[in-house]
Amino acid sequence: MLKRVHFGPSWLPFALVAPQILITLVFFMWPAAQAVYQSFLIEDAFGLSSEFVWLDNFYELFADDIYLNTFFRTGYFSLLVAGSSLSIALFLAAMADRVVKAALVYRTLLIWPYAVAPVLAGTLWLFMFDPTLGIISYLLDQFGYDWNHKLRGGQAMGLVVMAATWKQISYNFLFFLAAMQSVPKSLLEAAAIDGAGPARRFWTIVFPLITPTTFFLLVVNIVYAFFDTFGIIHAVTEGGPAGQTTILVYKVFTDGFIGLDLGGSAAQSVILMAIVILITVVQFRYIEKKVDY
Amino acid sequence: MIENRPIVSIVSHIVLIIGVLIVGFPVWITFVAASHDALRMTQAPIPLWPGPYFFDNLKDALFVGLGGSGSQSAGLMLFNSFVMAMVIALGKISVSLLSAFAIVYFKFPFRMGFFWMIFLTLMLPVEVRILPTFEVVANLGMLNSFSGLTLPLIASATATFMFRQTFLTVPDELLEAARIDGAGPMRFFFDILLPMSRTNIAALFVILFIYGWNQYLWPLLITTDQSMVTIVMGIKEMLEAGESLQQWNRIMMTTLLAMLPPVLVVVGMQKLFVKGLTETEK
Repeated sequence: MLKRVHFGPSWLPFALVAPQILITLVFFMWPAAQAVYQSFLIEDAFGLSSEFVWLDNFYELFADDIYLNTFFRTGYFSLLVAGSSLSIALFLAAMADRVVKAALVYRTLLIWPYAVAPVLAGTLWLFMFDPTLGIISYLLDQFGYDWNHKLRGGQAMGLVVMAATWKQISYNFLFFLAAMQSVPKSLLEAAAIDGAGPARRFWTIVFPLITPTTFFLLVVNIVYAFFDTFGIIHAVTEGGPAGQTTILVYKVFTDGFIGLDLGGSAAQSVILMAIVILITVVQFRYIEKKVDY
Repeated sequence: MIENRPIVSIVSHIVLIIGVLIVGFPVWITFVAASHDALRMTQAPIPLWPGPYFFDNLKDALFVGLGGSGSQSAGLMLFNSFVMAMVIALGKISVSLLSAFAIVYFKFPFRMGFFWMIFLTLMLPVEVRILPTFEVVANLGMLNSFSGLTLPLIASATATFMFRQTFLTVPDELLEAARIDGAGPMRFFFDILLPMSRTNIAALFVILFIYGWNQYLWPLLITTDQSMVTIVMGIKEMLEAGESLQQWNRIMMTTLLAMLPPVLVVVGMQKLFVKGLTETEK
C-alpha cells in the first residue's frame, strides 16, 4: 500500500489529503451522523421541539404497511430490472461474440444509452406510452389493449421497469462482451471438434466461465435499480398511481421533502445506509475471492 | 470464428440489428417529435417520419424556452449543466489525485485512517443522506450556487482507489532518480506522476463528466432559482409546466439537447470510456 521508497513525515501530506477529507467530513460524515441522530428523534410539525424516542421511528416504520409494501416493491422492482436487463444484454452479447469483426460496431450502436440521464430515459418512454398521444399506446389501442399507466399500477410499474432496463442494457452488454471475448478460443475449438454446436458451447463453456462477470453485474444492477432509478420514477409516474411505483429512495425523498416527516425520513435513510453497506461488503468480499470455477 | 456456419452468423446479425433498432427507437421518436410543429404534436397518432420544423424548434428551445412564466431557455440550462459537469469532474479528479499521492508516497500519522474515511464515502451516496446534506448546504448559504451544486459531490472513493492503483504500478526507481536529481515531492508529482497517469485521468474524466451532467436529485433540491436550473432537471419542469397541454415538440427538442453532449462523449471517446468504466469498477 505504501511505496517502499517514500517521503518522510512533514505537513505536506496533510495538506494533500485536506480537500478530500474536508469535503468528506462536512458533506458525508456529518450529514450521515445527523441522519442517524435524527432517526432517534420525533419532531413536532413546526420543528420547534423534538423528543428522543430511541428506536420508535424504526418500530413505526416496520409496523407500517405502506413502508413494508414499499420495501417488498423495491426488491421486486430491482429483481425485475436486473433480471431483464441482464438477460437481454447476455443474449445480445452472445450474438455479438459470434460476429467477431462487427462486434465493435454493434458495441458502438448499443453503448450510448449509458450516457442518457435516468430522468431523460423516463421522458423518452413516457412520451412513447403517453395515454393520449404515445405511439405505442396508440398501437396497443389498435389491438384492443387499453394502456393508461396513470390509472393502472401494473402498467406504471411495467413502464418504469422498461425505461430502467433500456438504460442498463448498454452497461451489461459492454461487460458481457468483454468477458466473452476473453474466453480462450482453444476451449471453444476443442468443443467444436468434439461436435458441440454453438448453443451447447455457450451453456457448457462460455456461460460458466463468465460467472464472475455475471455476479459482479448482478450486484451493480441491483444497486442501480435501488438508487439510480429515482429520476426515471420521478419523470414517469412520481411514485403513483397511489404509490404503486414508489421505491425506497423515492419514499425517503417524498417523506422528507414533501411530507416533512424528519424522524421517519431519517430512519428510512439509515435503513438505506445499512443496505448500501451490506451490498458493498458483499461486493468487496466477492471481488477479493474472484469466484473461480 | 470457430467454425463456418453462415446461417447462424446471419441470424446473429439480424438479432443484433433488431436489438439496435429497438434500443434506438425511443430516440428516433424523440427526434421526429422535435421536428414537427406544436399543432401536429397534439393529434394522435403522432408521426413516425420527421417534419420540416426541426430548426425552428431548435431555435425556440435554445433561445426562448417554453414561453410560459419562469421557464428558462435551453441555452442557459446547457451552460449551467456544462459548468456543473466540468467542476464535478475536474474537482473529483484533482482531490483524488492529491489524496492518492499522499496515501501512496508519504508516511504520516493517520494515513490509514484517512484512507478508510475516503473509503466510507462509497457507502454514502447522496440518496441516503439527502435531508441532512441539504441542511448543511443551506446553513452554509450555498443554495442556488455552483458551489452548492458541486462541492457535496466532489469526494470520490472510486477515483482515489484508481489513482492509488496507478501510482502503485509506478516503478520505485523513478522516485529514487528524481530525488537524486534534487526534485521535491511536488515537483515529482507534477513532472512524473501526472504525465504518467494521463490516460487514466482522461478515462476517468469521461465517466465523471457523464456522472456530473446527469445529476438530477441533488440539483433538484439545491436550486430553486430559475437561473440555476440545469438542463436535465429542466425537462422535468417542462413536463410539469404543461400538465394540461404538453408542447411535446419543444420538450422533445430540449430532451435531445440534454442527452446529446454525454452521448457524443461516449461515442466519440469510446476507448477512454470503456477503459474508465472497467478501471473504476475494479
